[in-house]
Amino acid sequence: MNRATAPAASASPPAPPAGRTDGRGTRRSPVRRLLARPEVGALIAAIGVYLFFFAVAPSFRTAGALSTVLYQASVMGIMALPVALLMIGGEFDLSAGVAVTTSALTAAVLSFQFTVNVWTGVAVALVVSLAVGAFNGWLLIRTGLPSFLVTLGSFLILQGANLAVTKIFTDNVASDSIADMDGFGQARKVFASEFTVGGVDFKITIVYWLVLAAAATWLLLRTRFGNWIFAVGGDQDSARAVGVPVDRTKVVLFMGVGAGAWFVGMHLLFSFDTVQSGEGVGNEFLYIIAAVIGGCLLTGGYGSAIGPVIGAFIFGMVNQGIVYANWNPDWFKAFLGVMLLVAALVNLWVRRTATRR
Amino acid sequence: MTVHGSGPQDAGREDHPPERDAPVVELRGAGKSYGNIRALHGVDLAVRPGRVTCVLGDNGAGKSTLIKIISGLHRHTEGELLVDGVPVRFGSPREALDLGIATVYQDLATVPLMPVWRNFFLGSETTRGRWPLRRLDIEGMKRTADRELRSMGIVLDDLEQPVGTLSGGQRQCVAIARAVHFGARVLILDEPTAALGVKQSGVVLKYIAAARERGLGVVFITHNPHHAYLVGDHFSVLRLGTLELAADRAEVTLQELTHHMAGGAELAALRHELAQVHGVDVEELPEA
Repeated sequence: MNRATAPAASASPPAPPAGRTDGRGTRRSPVRRLLARPEVGALIAAIGVYLFFFAVAPSFRTAGALSTVLYQASVMGIMALPVALLMIGGEFDLSAGVAVTTSALTAAVLSFQFTVNVWTGVAVALVVSLAVGAFNGWLLIRTGLPSFLVTLGSFLILQGANLAVTKIFTDNVASDSIADMDGFGQARKVFASEFTVGGVDFKITIVYWLVLAAAATWLLLRTRFGNWIFAVGGDQDSARAVGVPVDRTKVVLFMGVGAGAWFVGMHLLFSFDTVQSGEGVGNEFLYIIAAVIGGCLLTGGYGSAIGPVIGAFIFGMVNQGIVYANWNPDWFKAFLGVMLLVAALVNLWVRRTATRR
Repeated sequence: MTVHGSGPQDAGREDHPPERDAPVVELRGAGKSYGNIRALHGVDLAVRPGRVTCVLGDNGAGKSTLIKIISGLHRHTEGELLVDGVPVRFGSPREALDLGIATVYQDLATVPLMPVWRNFFLGSETTRGRWPLRRLDIEGMKRTADRELRSMGIVLDDLEQPVGTLSGGQRQCVAIARAVHFGARVLILDEPTAALGVKQSGVVLKYIAAARERGLGVVFITHNPHHAYLVGDHFSVLRLGTLELAADRAEVTLQELTHHMAGGAELAALRHELAQVHGVDVEELPEA
């Protein structure tokens, strides 16, 4: 890695000691550099899974199946993006799954109860979702507790509140239908419309998903804030010592998860017109799994935004592929578990290879 | 500037012109108490440009309290801290940094999984373009990092490699080069050689010398008198929170320095006790 090159012209600098070119330092080969990219393992896995279902399930090969797979992947993938950024920043959010339901319920119940335009509900839901994220971040910073514990707490609070508050207003586990309220059609166009390409219908969420992934990649690699995300996840104390606003970065990341939950919540609400208050439990793990399969390091400081896109795509393929292959869908979780373990091992190996001296 | 001629260190230093030699950072009778524990008391110290001030001391002697005061992590509870002759009280490390006082900590200098150039500019990234297209000036930052590292004598082929792949000494050097680039006038190095082997320590000591040549005031904290004596211009030995010795290079030998480091007077008393235990004359015991 080092060569004993003569130092630059300035008078004082010491020459690099000859001892450092004792043959132990080598350049990193292009292959190793490629493998050091966080999403490469996931990409190989995605191609493998695609070819596998392409071979065993004839109906998987149709464009319609691709549309379904992409839709599945996008709904999960939109949430997996902010969860992945948060993970790169060194934290978890176990409340991410139920936060989606909280956001949808807020918009639905508020619009219905006060008989206002649904856009008012949408706006209030955004504020609530961002506030939940900010609260998670604030609690984490103030208490110094691990985010696993803090967000496990907010997960339970939200799960309980979702059910209880919905029951207070509707005497039911689902919110009232808002289909005939002002602005519903408009909001449905924004959050849950479809478009046709070559005779195949695609959901609008696929577009949002890919645009958000591109934006997240830009954020991570091309902005100061992105640099700070890697730094606070990689070594929080070092980051603080060189002047990175660690606390602010983390709060913003949690609020990003809140914004994602809001977006997916609005999609679910306007795809139908009512929300089941018990939904979302367990989804937080799917988001985390997508991020980990996509090469994000569970302990933070390493990962990409394109990785969780591939992770979510694998999730969508497996989820639908099992159905297309006429297998018992109960196998889905087992398959996902295997993928997770393989991904974790690949990540471990990749990180060791990348940082080997 | 009401700086010159007040600190005790100024005695006998009239061979230097006062302007060039004015201390950037100066402690006058500074101390720090944590509750009723006095960690540091009545310490005088002057950090001058182009000179290496070594702070030596055993564990618990007050070295880290001293640097925490200068670097802005803690506030002093007695005496004065002056920067450019003006008394200051720092609220955060950022404030010290803004006045050109940079601290390189032994273990929290860099983020291991991040590329060298990202580490170099961490917290002070440069950007170009306008929002929303404002973006990191990656090429510019890489060029600058490469130039700065080379000027300190560190040559890396690949600034994209994670800092974690560098050796401990190289990582310290990246942190030092970074501090120098970002306008540090005073560089505080917290035990930079403590965790390093002989060869790596040598590398770091060379960069300390290079930083001095560039006109920086260096505060070199160490418990190794041999390392200190190789590069130091002034030596302050702390013991139990007070200044045991403050001397210029000309006034002290390595042997004396080692003697003071080892506890000096305490060691003499210990010799007496040992002599009594063994029932021999003090003179028969080996010299400390």
